[in-house]
Amino acid sequence: MTRNEALFEFLQRMGDNTLILGHRISEWCGMAPVLEEDIALSNTALDFIGQTQFWLGYAGEVEGEGRDADRLAFHRDAWDFRNVLLVEMPNGDFGQTIMRQFLFDAWHSIYIARLLKSSDTRVAEIAEKASKEIAYHLERSADTVVALGDGTEESHARMQKALDYLYPYVGEMFLSDEVDVDMAAAGVAPDPSSLREEYDALVQKVLDEATLSVPGNRFAQKGGKTGTMHTEHLGHLLCSMQWLQRAYPDGNW
Amino acid sequence: MNNEWPLWEVFIRGQHGMSHRHVGSLHAPDAEMAIKNARDVYTRRNEGVSIWVVEAVNIAASSPSDKGPLYEPSESKVYRHPTFFDIPDEVGAM
Repeated sequence: MTRNEALFEFLQRMGDNTLILGHRISEWCGMAPVLEEDIALSNTALDFIGQTQFWLGYAGEVEGEGRDADRLAFHRDAWDFRNVLLVEMPNGDFGQTIMRQFLFDAWHSIYIARLLKSSDTRVAEIAEKASKEIAYHLERSADTVVALGDGTEESHARMQKALDYLYPYVGEMFLSDEVDVDMAAAGVAPDPSSLREEYDALVQKVLDEATLSVPGNRFAQKGGKTGTMHTEHLGHLLCSMQWLQRAYPDGNW
Repeated sequence: MNNEWPLWEVFIRGQHGMSHRHVGSLHAPDAEMAIKNARDVYTRRNEGVSIWVVEAVNIAASSPSDKGPLYEPSESKVYRHPTFFDIPDEVGAM
């Protein structure tokens, strides 16, 4: 794998994480339990789609085959996607959506802080712009996890159930492969396996406050970021996200 | 039991000007979330540099039926308007 191929792969991983999670939370638009949360989630979705345009736009340039962000987003199939499994998991109830958001935001904020010092200036610039959005996402999702976890008996039970369901998808964010090793060697991005301790401390602190218990089992579902095996949920998501471009290729308005 | 979050009134200080202006209201469980919700609902288009929220029940308001006695007496009193003075620049924003 050449340096350029590794960079292309890395950029797809960044862009696909934000694209798929952005799409997932946009599914709440008009359906959230209260108006204020509806707008807040839609804002977050739009932040993610904005970040996706930068990551996948740059990915297309690096690949050099004439594909732009839209082409990559709407004309690849499930096995070409490089997002971690966590972000494609279904919304479930509002609590599960917020828990998924928190588990991702915590990783995202730690990872993006390292990218600010990337040796690749384009990556550093995208990180700079995204980092303020991500800081707010984390503040909001962490607060909501605490409010619901340490809320009523019902909300506590739902949040614990969501955590137990999603925790096996946390580990994948910290697995590193040859792409990560190469990007770390080039100073482009950190080796994700070096970030687990910081992540655990952050997550533990918030979950303690939320009176939720972190599952002891560290078993990690994987296959998303390498594209070897996505969950069944990704195909359904792509179906609704991509159908228009697939039915009317290159249609625009 | 009332399960509704309390109502908060939102005041935003814009890019220009010193004062916070009332922009609307929203529901939130506490003051901190009210500020976050206000950020998401009312500053999406770069409107503000500062947010105040106050729980609506804490606002005391004048009664519309008192309009006559409260405001009409000040109608014909031009001498109350200090429009006859030049204000030195050093004074700054008034």
